[in-house]
Amino acid sequence: MRRALLISVPYFWLLVLFLVPFAMVFKISLSDSVLAIPPYAPTMKEGIWALLTQLDFENFTFLTTDDLYWKAYLSSVRIAAISTVLTLAVGYPVAYAMARAPEEWRATLMMLVILPFWTSFLIRVYAWIGILSTEGFLNQFLFGIGLISEPLTILNTPTAVYIGIVYTYVPFMILPIYAALERLDGSLIEAAEDLGCSRLQAFWLVTIPLSKNGIIAGCFLVFIPALGEFVIPSLLGGSSTLMIGKVLFEEFFSNRDWPVASAVAVILLLILIVPIILFQRNEQKQAEADQ
Amino acid sequence: MNRLSPFNVVSLTLGFAFLYLPMLILVIYSFNKSKLVTVWAGFSTKWYGELLQNEAFLDAAWVTLKVAVVSSTFATILGTMAAYTLVRGGRFFGRTLFSGMIYAPLVMPEVITGLSLLLLFIGIGMDRGVVTIVLAHTTFSMCFVSVVVSSRLMSFDRSLEEAALDLGATPFTAFRLITLPIIAPAVVAGWLLAFTLSLDDLVIAQFVSGPAATTLPMKIWSSVRLGVSPEINALSSILIALVSIGVITASLASKRHSLRIKREELAAARTT
Repeated sequence: MRRALLISVPYFWLLVLFLVPFAMVFKISLSDSVLAIPPYAPTMKEGIWALLTQLDFENFTFLTTDDLYWKAYLSSVRIAAISTVLTLAVGYPVAYAMARAPEEWRATLMMLVILPFWTSFLIRVYAWIGILSTEGFLNQFLFGIGLISEPLTILNTPTAVYIGIVYTYVPFMILPIYAALERLDGSLIEAAEDLGCSRLQAFWLVTIPLSKNGIIAGCFLVFIPALGEFVIPSLLGGSSTLMIGKVLFEEFFSNRDWPVASAVAVILLLILIVPIILFQRNEQKQAEADQ
Repeated sequence: MNRLSPFNVVSLTLGFAFLYLPMLILVIYSFNKSKLVTVWAGFSTKWYGELLQNEAFLDAAWVTLKVAVVSSTFATILGTMAAYTLVRGGRFFGRTLFSGMIYAPLVMPEVITGLSLLLLFIGIGMDRGVVTIVLAHTTFSMCFVSVVVSSRLMSFDRSLEEAALDLGATPFTAFRLITLPIIAPAVVAGWLLAFTLSLDDLVIAQFVSGPAATTLPMKIWSSVRLGVSPEINALSSILIALVSIGVITASLASKRHSLRIKREELAAARTT
């Protein structure tokens, strides 16, 4: 009796507030847009048969005809992928150095990596507006040391979005790589060096393969949320940067076209399923290797 | 003891400079006298003063705090229940669906979660406001709580629970006296995580909130879209300071706690 209660409360909570809303997104993505509140024509009132015959994929075909959408999907994937690589390039050396640091420092270094994660995401993105703008700190600095004679335009370009994503997501890259590197047995590298590897070769042939799972986990932890990102492209990317999270938001709030917004959401999910499944598989492999 | 090579020192320095310089600049310039945020014109605390008189911000902060406390408490209760049923519940109907529903929100883009919940609230004709934000925040943060708590549940020795049951405790008593004290640190960590997630959320609140309720991130968002402002710098600095104090205190406390446990274990080992 108690057990049933224990199971059913969170179960029903998630059914009602996660699964049902989700089904509604699917349903509305297949309905017609009308000028009313709520601005969509219901498709389920007349029973299942009517529903099945009336389903229309108009919103999805609309997405393929207007090239704004597939451009936005492509550009989201590209931006997320490039930022993931950049985050790896920034995060790996930090994780590596942390794993090499004296043991009594490591807890403090860990805390320093996690601390920004607890501070507001919005504020961390906002901080870059003042740095990257034309009269911002970066331009002032570069101007001051005489490196540039004209201010660089970084804010409201994709570069600013890359910087924003790397900055906000780098802890997600550092932590799993650090976890993998910390477990790495130092004597393996010594053995490789004794057997004639140069330092670089030992790093490439021993350290990188042994931290592979951390790298993969970190990349997915950055790529998956970056793909649907809304705040960073809106604040730093300006109107020139297309990302699908932003398109969805605007479709919903500015155009008030709910069926199209829902169709955009459904396709975004379909795109996300592949990396999510790969990520889960990697985690499972990791868990099995640990046992 | 191994010493860091120059390369590692450089990567640590650059890495942490990258992480902390933007926030440092923000804090320093919140004390700038000038309205122009990128030109230093002398030290002043006037923006803090103006912030404290800005009722819209204070109201939003109050709403945010209420939402965060209530939703993280619900999320902790539901998330702990969910973790317990997933780890200890054995088999039940729809278990795969249940664990799927726990893990899916963790990777779901916020725009989709927000959109779907809004469609639900409108579909059932619910007034949008504080209540809908609480419901939305509880739903996604209970999943984070559940992951934190279940990792703790999986790592502890199950025979302790079984011993209590063998000695005649009801399952509920065993949970209260044995399981709960052991998983307590994870439950607290889960609450804190849920609390911060709720404080921090902009996108989902933007979707599910109505004209009656504005949270602090929504308020910040609407003024940040117009560009950098010294008042927002001041507000950000306050938030950064609060979080830093909180995290540093928590990590010192947990360090002391683990030191104490180590000492007690040592003492116990000596007496036997």
